[in-house]
Amino acid sequence: MKLEGEENKIKWADYQKEIADDHFFYVRSCIRQSLYPGSEQFFLNLLGNILKKDIYENPSHTTCTGIGYHGDVVPFSTIQTVVARHYALMKESGYKNIAISCVTSFGIYTEILETWKHFPEELEKTREYLFKATGREFDIPENVSHTSDIIYKFKDEIASMAKYRLVDKETGEPLKGVEHIGCHYAKIFPKYGVGGAEFPQVLSGMITTWGGEVVDYPERRHCCGFGFRQYLVQANRGYSLSNSITKFESMKPYKPDFILTNCPGCNMFMDKWQYTVKEMNGNTYGQDGNAIPVLTYEELAGLVLGVDPWDLGLQFHAVQSEPLLDKMGIEYSKEDKYKTIDGRQMGVPAKILNV
Amino acid sequence: MNKEVIVIGAGAAGMESAGQLANEGFSVKIFEKDESPGGHLKGWYHLFPNRRDSVEVMDYLLDVIDRKEIELLTNTTVTKVSKKDGKFVVTTTQNKEYNADAIIVTTGFDLFRSERKEEYGYGIYDNVITSAELEKMFRNGNLRCTDGRIPQKVGFIHCVGSRDEKVGNFYCSKLCCVSAVKQAIEIREHVPESNVFCFYMDIRMGGSGYEELYRESQQKYGVNYIRGKVSEVAENYEGKLVLKVEDTLVGKPLKMEFDMLVLMVGMEMSESGKELAVNSGLLTGENRFFAPADHHFGSNKGNVDGIFYAGACTATMNLTETLAHARSAVDDVVDYFRRKK
Repeated sequence: MKLEGEENKIKWADYQKEIADDHFFYVRSCIRQSLYPGSEQFFLNLLGNILKKDIYENPSHTTCTGIGYHGDVVPFSTIQTVVARHYALMKESGYKNIAISCVTSFGIYTEILETWKHFPEELEKTREYLFKATGREFDIPENVSHTSDIIYKFKDEIASMAKYRLVDKETGEPLKGVEHIGCHYAKIFPKYGVGGAEFPQVLSGMITTWGGEVVDYPERRHCCGFGFRQYLVQANRGYSLSNSITKFESMKPYKPDFILTNCPGCNMFMDKWQYTVKEMNGNTYGQDGNAIPVLTYEELAGLVLGVDPWDLGLQFHAVQSEPLLDKMGIEYSKEDKYKTIDGRQMGVPAKILNV
Repeated sequence: MNKEVIVIGAGAAGMESAGQLANEGFSVKIFEKDESPGGHLKGWYHLFPNRRDSVEVMDYLLDVIDRKEIELLTNTTVTKVSKKDGKFVVTTTQNKEYNADAIIVTTGFDLFRSERKEEYGYGIYDNVITSAELEKMFRNGNLRCTDGRIPQKVGFIHCVGSRDEKVGNFYCSKLCCVSAVKQAIEIREHVPESNVFCFYMDIRMGGSGYEELYRESQQKYGVNYIRGKVSEVAENYEGKLVLKVEDTLVGKPLKMEFDMLVLMVGMEMSESGKELAVNSGLLTGENRFFAPADHHFGSNKGNVDGIFYAGACTATMNLTETLAHARSAVDDVVDYFRRKK
């Protein structure tokens, strides 16, 4: 596969999007702040304290109701009004650039903006609904970025401050990363994604910039298995699992060191279904009988910058990251893995992978 | 007849119309943007349906324009044509101006840029090639994968950039189906032990001898045809191309491995034609090709009296139709001067 270089006929310039440089209004993800809270915490720390950017989150922000919308229980007019309320919070807070943590939300926000562009009557209707319900008014954002876009934008700055690289410290070889992009990032509107829908660059750009090698495998663009109704309808969960297995089996021959995702659902399912498969039939898909660690882009950026893996929340994954940490030469304390910041011992999971 | 006619483009249509104009006694200048005449024909190997070597046609056309009444100016792109007092002024990229009494536009077509159909992996995976690149392989006698292997399993993907709303081309390019049939046969001739599959939406065999060639490809050469639009192409660990498609006749999804995939690229209005149209006020149709004044009675005429069209700058057409269209354009030029007397 040729993704870079002069011989490549693809003009990535066609798929470069405008990503704001500063002054972000941050909106969290329902799933991520519950399952991988270290990711969002570190994003705020990275932007605010390390990169010295202005980033703000409003405590009145709520769910976008995207899961309900894709589960066919929230009507489109309702979700438009919820999103309009978030834009109203942004306006009231004095911001124009929205930074969206969740790929599902990102898809929702962009779908609604496109709807308003092509069907202005829907915009007027939404303005009316929001005003009648809350007395609020809103503006269309000047810039809409997913938070992986923002880390992509600052990937070179992160590389310049890196303590570790995505390189095997023993062999000097680049570590192999599988990148998995959430479907709603660019498959709905390729123009909103860095690199488009088929060969997105947003995560692969981070991996290569930080020293790693991107694995291209046949099922690279296949759904992670979440697919909303595939999982939300309990009877369909076997279908969800079988989709994930399709991906794992396809990537296994390449011996990936880690999986990098930019979607809450992808991260959850590619992480936890590996545990399920191991329980069901004993199969694993990584090297030396291990499972493949599944990281968020904030977690990977944090590791590269030398942040303590347990401060990033890596211990909350089903698949543990020690094999990756060891290859990168990252120092960590086994004793502190399940301790709170003030030193109290947390519960230790009975069954996790790679330990 | 002491009249000057400028022909814009030295592909098959331009060369044939120039020759016919000279036969009628006109003085002719042909402007060609490339360094040599011939257009797309230069890159082709054998022509359908009778598998004639394209060199034969090329030799004929070169002979047609090899006469004193015809002046060929290569490496010269025409950017604009303007009309004043019944005369035409042709402007080139070198900012030179030439006068003429009539114009025949033969700017032809560009092949669809396959990288726009990203899901097929052109430019990403080495052994995804275009039908035009396969012709060159045949011509050079070098049918090989990039690692030097002889391809044993080859797939043809039809309608790349044609009948595709996603890329803005609603029209059928008309010639890709029969090209695929011809090339599939040629693959089997070059590599008799190979397996060849064509993935199509509809097989459109609308020319003389086409249907017969299609049948021959199945009966004599064992080419397989699967009705289904390919959804994506990827590469597996062994470097084979993995293609996903639904066989819509059987109603089942397929995942197949190939050594080589050939994209049957469609035809689009040429970039030079587009620029000429915009700068010269020439109307184009919904398909972006030059709009004929009348589909039945004026396919060589446009919206400016004295400017005529010939060949694939007005619609997708095969070589036979192109040559006939070039001759009919000259008839219209003759009629134009007769009317002006």
